[in-house]
Amino acid sequence: MSVKKFVVGNFDDEAVLFPAVKKVRRAGYRIHDVFTPFPIHGLDKEMGLRDTSLHTAGFIFGITGTTTAVSFITWALTTDWPINFGGKPFFSLPAWIPITFELTVLFAAVGMVLTFCWLCQLAPFVKKDHFNPRSTDDTFVMALECTDKTNDEELIAFLNSVGAKDVSVQYRETGWWLGRYDQDTVKYGKKVEAAS
Amino acid sequence: MSLKLNFTAPKRYNTISLALMAFGVLSIIGLYISTHGGAADAKQEALNDARFWASLLQNSVYFLLVVNASMFFICATTLAWGGWQMAFRRVPEAISAVVPVIGVICVAILLAICFGSNHTIYHWTDTHHVAEDPVLDFKKGFLNKGFFAVTTVLTVVLWSVLGWKMRKLSQSLDNSPLPDLESKRKYLWKNTVWAALYIVVFSLTVMSSIPWLWLMSIDAHWYSTMYSWYTFASSFVAGMALIALFVVYLKNAGYLEFTNFEHLHDIGKFMFAFSIFWTYLWFSQFMLIWYANIPEETVYFKPRAEGLYSGIFWLMFIINFLAPLLILMTRDSKRRYSTMTFMALLILFGHWLDFYQMVFPAVSPNEVPMILYDFGVALGFVGVIMFVTGKALSKAPLLATNHPLTKESVIHHA
Repeated sequence: MSVKKFVVGNFDDEAVLFPAVKKVRRAGYRIHDVFTPFPIHGLDKEMGLRDTSLHTAGFIFGITGTTTAVSFITWALTTDWPINFGGKPFFSLPAWIPITFELTVLFAAVGMVLTFCWLCQLAPFVKKDHFNPRSTDDTFVMALECTDKTNDEELIAFLNSVGAKDVSVQYRETGWWLGRYDQDTVKYGKKVEAAS
Repeated sequence: MSLKLNFTAPKRYNTISLALMAFGVLSIIGLYISTHGGAADAKQEALNDARFWASLLQNSVYFLLVVNASMFFICATTLAWGGWQMAFRRVPEAISAVVPVIGVICVAILLAICFGSNHTIYHWTDTHHVAEDPVLDFKKGFLNKGFFAVTTVLTVVLWSVLGWKMRKLSQSLDNSPLPDLESKRKYLWKNTVWAALYIVVFSLTVMSSIPWLWLMSIDAHWYSTMYSWYTFASSFVAGMALIALFVVYLKNAGYLEFTNFEHLHDIGKFMFAFSIFWTYLWFSQFMLIWYANIPEETVYFKPRAEGLYSGIFWLMFIINFLAPLLILMTRDSKRRYSTMTFMALLILFGHWLDFYQMVFPAVSPNEVPMILYDFGVALGFVGVIMFVTGKALSKAPLLATNHPLTKESVIHHA
């Protein structure tokens, strides 16, 4: 993980943010992320994010649950400890369907929650930069990653021209870390250059 | 670009539907000829005759319940204050206009079977037989000709009248926009009241008494409290498939401009979810009986799951459960016309087979009598649905422009 330089534009209207995202992408700048106070339909498509693979993961977890249930019950009730239930055959699939279904749902649900946390880097004590605390309140924050070739002045002027209310250059940690925001001044925004 | 709001059925559409109807009539005649005459004895003759009527019973009841599911869909979404279906609501409305037509055919067939001299299908109509049979004698209060006839006629009349009222309410706005918020509220409330009435009637009929009377009484000794729910699930998923087919057809013909992939996706979700729901009920009914293993209950599944009809049983499992589960699971397949059309046709066929399984094993225990004429009769009913729906679609604009919830549907996101 490393500290990188970002140009951060703050917007106060979702109707301005949408065309701004389009214009920024068309101009060839790389959007690191957009932080919004609430989910916005269609923003992911506008940002060019690919569809999530969470469903595929869910399917695989579900299949794993199905196989686990069927193979374990089969082993337990036919090989390890066969019990005669009301004269039914040892291998009686219909009776196992409810358990198989439950395990499928359980595996898929728990697996998908964990995968979701993994993909979003969510866990207890894990901290991430989100550039402007007001992005949880009333501000839409667009963070653009700078490379060696980025011309700061030009980018700031460009963001202002597409409707940003306030633009700043920030050095921020790109990944996550364990810790607390109030004690971690090294990673949490020491070098902030205000810009016009 | 102006909106294409008024549907006119193309010549080919009408020709095909009329041809299908003619084909259906010919199939009924063919089926009648092939099942009458040439029987070795009177018993075989009665069986053959019952087999003819069973085909009419299965097809008419199936297609009646399928078109009726459209009105259920409208009323359920109305009660839930769902606005997303407004963009294509005229399609289920038009499909539900078929209810009176097939209803009349169905009532005629049911009453003919009930009051006919052949008691093979409904053997509780045979009074001598009932007097000797303690089980049927016990059920006499429910299973008798008078109650059957009255309930059947009343049910179809109520479906038709309440459906007609819902359609009238919807069309009443076409030329008279609602002026203010208060009148919109009043309109929605009126809709809610009539929809609630329909749902009450629907739950007392399709979800309980009607499948018991029309279908379960073929196996008059056997009973299952899950039967009606399971029949409802079958008819509802097939009804959603029918709506999907008409929506795709109209989209391809350039109508329904405000219905987009989001709406199709949601119809697909209904088809997917209710296929699973159907499987849940189908399997629950089977598993409890299989587990308890009581002869008077297993008698229903013996011919169906293990005997002659087991092929159809497993085919149904593939068509009605595995195929929707695996094919309709992904997001993209629910947003593509081709997969949705294919799955809709497959589901309609699969649940037709389901109704076949409900009717035939009891009527024809010695052989699976499925021949091409059965499909011909089904196609005849398809022709009726196409023709009447086409007529109903052309009577009103395809978008309920003045309905308070239409805007919500136009800007709908999945």
